[in-house]
Amino acid sequence: MVSRTFLMLVRRDLLLARRQGGGSLLSITFFVLVVSLFPLGVGPAPETLERIAAGTIWVAALLSVLLSLDRMFQADLEDGSLDQLALLPLPLSLVVLAKTIAHWLTTGLPLTLAAPLLGLLMQLSPDAYGALIAAMLLGTPILSLIGAIGAALTVGVRRGGVLLTLIVTPLYIPVLIFGVSAAEAAAQGFSYSAHMLFLSAILSGAIVIAPIAAAWALKLALD
Amino acid sequence: MHRFANPTRFLRLAAAVLPFSAAVAALCLGAGLVWGLFFAPPDYQQGDTVRIMFIHVPAAMMAMGVYAGMAISSAIALIWRHAVADLIAKASAPIGATFCFICLLTGSLWGKPMWGTWWVWDARLTSMLIMLFIYLGYMALWQAFDDQTKAARAAAILALVGAINLPVIKFSVEWWNTLHQPASLITMSGPKIHASLLWPLLLMIVGFGAYYLTVLIYRVRAEIHMRRTRMLRLAQADRHAAMQAAE
Repeated sequence: MVSRTFLMLVRRDLLLARRQGGGSLLSITFFVLVVSLFPLGVGPAPETLERIAAGTIWVAALLSVLLSLDRMFQADLEDGSLDQLALLPLPLSLVVLAKTIAHWLTTGLPLTLAAPLLGLLMQLSPDAYGALIAAMLLGTPILSLIGAIGAALTVGVRRGGVLLTLIVTPLYIPVLIFGVSAAEAAAQGFSYSAHMLFLSAILSGAIVIAPIAAAWALKLALD
Repeated sequence: MHRFANPTRFLRLAAAVLPFSAAVAALCLGAGLVWGLFFAPPDYQQGDTVRIMFIHVPAAMMAMGVYAGMAISSAIALIWRHAVADLIAKASAPIGATFCFICLLTGSLWGKPMWGTWWVWDARLTSMLIMLFIYLGYMALWQAFDDQTKAARAAAILALVGAINLPVIKFSVEWWNTLHQPASLITMSGPKIHASLLWPLLLMIVGFGAYYLTVLIYRVRAEIHMRRTRMLRLAQADRHAAMQAAE
């Protein structure tokens, strides 16, 4: 019963994302655009691009996720579905988890799949591709989870978008650091298992803490 | 603790504590500064630039301590709906943010002669900068809501989530290869600083703590009075509207 409701929630959000149009495609387009700006800005010299490739891809992915966080709870609050979701027999934290999974499937996962293409654009070292994708597979769910906390805290607040960015970015920085250093370690031929373990640890912590914190914050918005 | 959820009782306690904390702050800061800046011996390696330590280290400890206090107050406020704990957290944030900024600034001034650079992206400095951003986000969240009760609870949640940064900062110099000096004050084998530098440092730490307490009392008092003024204004507006409706 619980898992059926949970899956229905995930499916609902995926359907909404597809029908409201723009969700995934917008994020990917923004991702590609931002990464494309860097060679135009710093010059096309391959050595320079290779040095900044992993960092640029990660920062652009971060920004794309930040942009998409607004729509996580805003639309539901506006049309009253959030009240209904809070009344479900399912705990609100599981509702949040379901929405976060759907958010990751429509944002983080497409970004991860687009990353190798952008690695080509940025002259990413061939050794780093595996590490980059693995790190992004672990890191983008963390971004969605931490982003859910920020989205829940600022839902219904005026100019909440900028405030959301301000709140969530400091918490994103460790993910960024570990994700980039995993790719760079691999590029230099070192083992990146330590970075992956750190990312796994952060993911494990976030899966538990983020839905609870976001559910608290949503109850606030619904009062 | 629950006794002081009543703002009036809290104000009385604060009025009693204030003269002492102000006196302790003035004495310790004055004595510590004079001792540290003029009478403490120069370091064998760093010479006279070590004297920045007497401001940098207490500021860093306060920045982290104030955040820990904010996190604890926020937890108390969330769990027990403690009205004054909310205000303590709100009032502490700008003080802690300023301490954090002073720590980064004095650290930068110390780093230039010592390390040859104003800034380096090592674990300790980066995590302190992250804490400054978290402070700023916390202060911004308070401003974003009209309803102060909602603002209090949202900010409390953010403070608790951000508290994960505290152990990262504390242990960053042990977990990673950093340029920043490892722990020399609170270590498993006791302080590693010589007594001639340790005592002025301890005086400054106590002075900074008392200063924080003094400023905190002023700010919480101001918050309580602002809330009361707001309620009075709202009540007056209500009466005004009721009178106009009756006409």
